Amino acid sequence: MISLTGVLGQLFAIALALLLAPLLTGWVNQCRAWLQNRAAPPLLQPYYTLHKLFHKDVVLAHNASALFRFAPFIIFGCMVLACAIIPSLSTDLPFAPAADALALVGVFGLARVFIALAGMDVGTSFGTLGGRREMLIGFLAEPALLMVIFTMAMIAQSTSVATIVETLAHRELVIYPSIAFAGIAFTMVSFAENARVPVDNPATHLELTMIHEAMILEYSGRHLALLEWAASLKLYAYSCLGLALFFPWGIAERDNFLALIAALPVLLVKLVIGGALVALLETINAKMRIFRAPEFLGTAFLLAVLGLLVRLLLESRV
Amino acid sequence: MSLLPIDSLILAASLWLAIGLGGLFAPRNRRYVSRILFPLGAIVGLAVGFVGLVSLGSPVETATLAIGLPTLPFHLRLDNLAAVFVLLLGFAAAGISTYAAGYFRQGEGMTPGVLNLEYHLFLASMLMVLLADDAYAFMVAWETMALSSFFLVTTDHRHEEIRRAGYLYLLVAHVGAIAILLSFGVMTGGAGDYTFAGMRAQHLSPFWGSVAFLLALFGFGAKAGLLPVHVWLPEAHPAAPSPVSALMSGVMLKTAIYGLLRVSLDLVGTTLWWWGVVALAAGLLTALFGVLYATVQSDMKRLLAYSSIENIGLLVVGIGLTLLFHSYEMEALAALSLTAVLYHCLAHAGFKSLLFLCTGSVLHATSQRSLGKLGGLIGPMPWVAWLALGGVIAGAGLPPLSGFVSEWLLLQAFLFSPGLPHSWLNMIVPAAAAAVALTAALAGFALVKFYGIIFLGQMREPALKDAHDAGPFEKTGLLWLAGLTLALGMLPGTLILRLDAATRQLLGKGLAERVVETGWWLLAPISPERASYAPVLFLLTIVATLLFGRWIVRTLYHGRVRRGPAWDCGYHFQGPRAQDTAEGFSQPIRRIFGPMFRMTRHFPSIRDRQPIYTVKVEDHFWYWLYLPIARVAGAVSSLITRLQGGRIAVYLMYSFVTLILLLLVARP
Repeated sequence: MISLTGVLGQLFAIALALLLAPLLTGWVNQCRAWLQNRAAPPLLQPYYTLHKLFHKDVVLAHNASALFRFAPFIIFGCMVLACAIIPSLSTDLPFAPAADALALVGVFGLARVFIALAGMDVGTSFGTLGGRREMLIGFLAEPALLMVIFTMAMIAQSTSVATIVETLAHRELVIYPSIAFAGIAFTMVSFAENARVPVDNPATHLELTMIHEAMILEYSGRHLALLEWAASLKLYAYSCLGLALFFPWGIAERDNFLALIAALPVLLVKLVIGGALVALLETINAKMRIFRAPEFLGTAFLLAVLGLLVRLLLESRV
Repeated sequence: MSLLPIDSLILAASLWLAIGLGGLFAPRNRRYVSRILFPLGAIVGLAVGFVGLVSLGSPVETATLAIGLPTLPFHLRLDNLAAVFVLLLGFAAAGISTYAAGYFRQGEGMTPGVLNLEYHLFLASMLMVLLADDAYAFMVAWETMALSSFFLVTTDHRHEEIRRAGYLYLLVAHVGAIAILLSFGVMTGGAGDYTFAGMRAQHLSPFWGSVAFLLALFGFGAKAGLLPVHVWLPEAHPAAPSPVSALMSGVMLKTAIYGLLRVSLDLVGTTLWWWGVVALAAGLLTALFGVLYATVQSDMKRLLAYSSIENIGLLVVGIGLTLLFHSYEMEALAALSLTAVLYHCLAHAGFKSLLFLCTGSVLHATSQRSLGKLGGLIGPMPWVAWLALGGVIAGAGLPPLSGFVSEWLLLQAFLFSPGLPHSWLNMIVPAAAAAVALTAALAGFALVKFYGIIFLGQMREPALKDAHDAGPFEKTGLLWLAGLTLALGMLPGTLILRLDAATRQLLGKGLAERVVETGWWLLAPISPERASYAPVLFLLTIVATLLFGRWIVRTLYHGRVRRGPAWDCGYHFQGPRAQDTAEGFSQPIRRIFGPMFRMTRHFPSIRDRQPIYTVKVEDHFWYWLYLPIARVAGAVSSLITRLQGGRIAVYLMYSFVTLILLLLVARP
């Protein structure tokens, strides 16, 4: 069953994710700067930052444990695995059976637990604060994401992401209400999960608001580079997941070589539009108080459950 | 003569008893008891586990033991369902006994020899519960289990609170036992045959079947910690010594799950769909309640005890789903959710025992149970800390360890529930799935708090620097349980192949064909296109990325490390007090789910010289249910004391009045 093209496609997808992820972050930052009437940083700025950070020495706090040093690699590994199983170009992914959509949520959960633990490891006030807030966002966002995946899995009768994409790409262009609900919920969840504006702000170190930045405050050098890269990969993974679930057209299927060639430009166009939309949504929203976040994510959770109910009650005979 | 599995299990139970009695020869010799008897018990446990593993899939065996009353021998039976739990008991006991060999110290509570007797009596009685094939043997073993564990809980009986916890445990255990006994009584259908075979032969009407099921749910629920009879669990687990907590949480609670499965899927015979809904609702409430309370605890063992309540809740959710599918004869899906239940039993036995034993090591090293006085123990106690991390990941239901497999199977079972014929059942089930998802995510919160506050950060007390790591026996026990957790996470296919025999016996369907078809490394209960999970591939990818990333970064750049003070945004007051306390960490939960808790708080005012902040979180059920019952009981008993005035003339009058009444009633 595992074909050579499949393996090559798989490795290409991983390499593409590693390469494109910082670019996507750079693109979102650039759009945000334009929308906010600021001078934009160069598109390639994330690569420069990574290069710089890899060059620098790691400065560890005196009481940092081995867990603190391992965590960036584990988090990075989790994100690479996530990118490997989410179809971006083709649904022919030999790694995909390793984890279906439910396990994908588990991968993100594993990364979250490690980053929260790493944040608590040095024992500074900001680190534990970040860890606690991250877990707060996590336990609200994770069930919502799971419910979105449940809705899509019920439509496709499968929890394998590749199968979901194949099924959805074949349906005619009808907007199911359940998919609309799931889409809104997914967007809200992915903003929270990627430390984006209404919930967190990646651009500040303001103690009252920061979540993600608070946890990685003690990191430096290559560890910080890996965490930054992992954050970009997470944004890329969520974007690809969103595109795969809600705009699956253009992703190549098994043994379709021509479609595979066409898939890359399609993906790039989708990511460019998606990144610009992320920047737009971030700009028109205001950062909310941390204790408004549960309401925000609770809404996402309810929307996702509503989507599932709509699917079961209204569309089960469609 | 070859030894049949059931004979070897009877032998193992007697060996445990003999080991227990052996301690009485030198009850005060701690070295003899802990270095010789406990390891022997562990070896017996290992053997029991292997017998359980081997007898999965082999034909049912029965035996009759002529003990007890002359006409009422013990009927014993080893079938596949029992074998799963025998496997669980044996392997968990092997690890816990090894750990216990290094754990019990001089001067802690009762005499070592007596403790040893109770401990092994507890193990033997749990084994007999699993083997019992008539109500009489079952109840005798069940009561022995309750009593021996009561004495183990009150090991440190000099403390008032421990005696209270033990008393509460005993009380709830007996209320539960009465319900179980009544349930057995109903299932005999008035035929007077108390063997399980006799109960299977009865065809109960739906009404009496439901009565039997509800009584069993209540009775076994009281032992397992189901809402609202969970209150003993968070009291008894912290009171008991850690190996006992591990045994109770990891194994004893599972005997209750075993009993519930035995009654509802085997003995009652019929299944009504609403039983599934009742179990589903009870399980969900228990799971959410347990996990929310786990997140706000400040005592590490109480936190784990509430987390056990949560896991029991999830197990009962699985049982509910199984009954629901079973009642509509959707046996393949029932088999899927039953597999999830059995798998979670094994997984929970592994990781929860591991975590409880880790708290035992922490307790010994620091004499602290309160999270607020711990911190930074990964430095002085690396073994315990790293092994506990495995338990935490498994307990949070994260891949690639054991807890995730069962959670994944359970969610898969939920995904297929739209096949159920009732449309309003279709509405309940997604809500249930959402609650399960929320529970799993909250479990992550609770365990990150547990781990982060105990093992990471700065030490909150200066004395923690002198903490020592676990000893060799303790390490071996922890390693064994961590190994089980890893194996259960990595090889789900291999184990499900074995569990297949149990589901097939109860439901006629199993998952074995799928596993054989897809290979041991891939878990795909329906088909690889529908759902799949390959933990080995999963772990390999992460490990490969880790190693490759590390190598490439070191080759292209460098691997230099400098040490310095923590940065913390340049803020230089970095004492251990600046970290979150246990209460601080769970503040978001208390804020979001405020009405769920009964909180008494004291906020310091700005002018306080010595500001004190206290928060106390209590269980609503105490105030809503138990205290009213206690008040009623108190009032009734004070009424009765009025009868007892102490004057003979009045007592004679009571007899006289009674006589007259009886004469009136019993008129020919």
